[in-house]
Amino acid sequence: MASPQLPVQLGIVGGYLVVALAVGLLAYRLTGRDAEDYYLASRSIGTVVLLFTTFATLLSAFTFFGGPNLAYGAGPEWILVMGLMDGILFAILWYLIGYRQWLIGKVQGYVTLGEMLGDRFGSRRLRALVAGVSLFWLFPYVMLQQMGAGEAIVGLTNGAIPYWVGAAGITLFIIVYVVAAGLRGVAWTDTIQGLFMLGIVWIAVGWVLSSAGGLDVVSSSVAETTPEFLALGGGLYSPQWMIAQAVTIAFGVTMFPQINQRFFVAKDVRVLKRSFALWPVLVVLLFVPAFLLGTWAAGLGIAVPEGSNVIPVLLNEYTPAWFAALVVAGAMAAMMSSSDSMLLSGSSYFTRDLYRPFVNADASERREDLIARVGVAVFATLAFLASLFNPPSLFVIGDTAFGGFAQLAPPVIVALYWPGTTRSGMLAAIIGSQLFYMVTTFTPAAGDTATVWGVVVPGVMESFAGWSSSVVGMLVGLTLVVGVSVLTDAAVAEQPSVMQGPADD
Amino acid sequence: MTRKKTDYLWIGVFAVLVTFAVPWFLWRDATTWQGLPVWLWWHIGWMGLASVAFALFARGVWDRGMNVDPEEVGFDG
Repeated sequence: MASPQLPVQLGIVGGYLVVALAVGLLAYRLTGRDAEDYYLASRSIGTVVLLFTTFATLLSAFTFFGGPNLAYGAGPEWILVMGLMDGILFAILWYLIGYRQWLIGKVQGYVTLGEMLGDRFGSRRLRALVAGVSLFWLFPYVMLQQMGAGEAIVGLTNGAIPYWVGAAGITLFIIVYVVAAGLRGVAWTDTIQGLFMLGIVWIAVGWVLSSAGGLDVVSSSVAETTPEFLALGGGLYSPQWMIAQAVTIAFGVTMFPQINQRFFVAKDVRVLKRSFALWPVLVVLLFVPAFLLGTWAAGLGIAVPEGSNVIPVLLNEYTPAWFAALVVAGAMAAMMSSSDSMLLSGSSYFTRDLYRPFVNADASERREDLIARVGVAVFATLAFLASLFNPPSLFVIGDTAFGGFAQLAPPVIVALYWPGTTRSGMLAAIIGSQLFYMVTTFTPAAGDTATVWGVVVPGVMESFAGWSSSVVGMLVGLTLVVGVSVLTDAAVAEQPSVMQGPADD
Repeated sequence: MTRKKTDYLWIGVFAVLVTFAVPWFLWRDATTWQGLPVWLWWHIGWMGLASVAFALFARGVWDRGMNVDPEEVGFDG
């Protein structure tokens, strides 16, 4: 990218930061000094904001970078995985887990998943376990987002701004912003950004098509260059792989702290109903154009340099430089918006489920509010420092986080609906499935060995007849939670009535 | 229809929506229409259908199985 674009690119990034700060300050003025308002905006979020904040948090950077790259390399079938995963499965889980959690949270005043489960099963250990497992998978994932945004700045400025300056600047900005604004501010900027992304991806499609000579021309060049891309399946895309990806990500997403916490924030039941019905539409509107751009780039013979993303290269070829810069800056902003939501919910897991129950049970609301904001700063700073060293182990954890979170879903769903679930069943399922998933994921492939600190680790199988270990692990968790609950009695402190919803109150 | 029958009907509808979100019967099919693969048109249509089905579900049977009476607790407004 040539330097004449630099002022435009920096202007766009700067513009985004100014808008985000303005929104943050406005939200700060409206935000009270208590945890429920800081983390959940006092459960007052409406349909459009809830839909877009969930969406922007979820898949923002992937929509513009990772996803189109995948379509460019392997064909557009990932659109179907997105449809099954996000349009159908996630919508159904939105109802099964989300609506149920919302009902329970509204009555009992819960802010985190661990808090709800800890209360239901009368167990501080379970509460801490859920928070600990979540933070384990969340931390490296936040680090990856910060790295992505830092590297985007390096790419955008052609190296004029070094990585550590870019990443540090972004970290600092996010801290100031999240500490001040809380969920209300985060949700508002997500909404602005979600609408911006939706608009810009369609403009990009129109622009590329008209510059390249229309849909027929583009389509026939895809048929000529990469005919394999038009046929459903083949190559990377096997039925097991597509199903496993969709199932893992759909269930994993519901247990990501920043998504799970959004189940608590809806203003009323109409918001949940409307969002539920709108999921499939939004999936089509956003992912079909984004992934087609990647596919068309392959058909049009666009060469993507090693380590680059296909969308900026394609747009530089077919649209003016300022437009390509706008999209790249938008994608960078998207990574920041994923980061800020994760920081906020990560901090809430820390303060509500670890600090309060174990360190200072009598903390005043004012004190908890302070700890929450300090927690955001500490979490973000640690993630930034970790990204400077970029340890490969953290990279692997961040990359497999969806599977790790998916392991939490079966026990949580069972607990939400089956009064016979016991504390022992929950502990066995969470510990058992996490161990299963970690061992199969982090050890070398079967037959190989690796040496860690002088200890030889034998390889364990990672897939089972074509099915990924995350899907098998979820079945392990489901079996454990049901089996152990049947075999054990409820502890005295358990309160199944917590999960019965408001009618029993 | 009894409530029980309605429940089974909806479970069936959701199962069909999940099963054919990927048009397995078009596996390895590369036919295009209007410049896009037919399976992609299926996806677009299927998501539209799912949205309509979800809207009907939300209107009619949303609270089944949730053990809640929304009017009683006043969460609807």
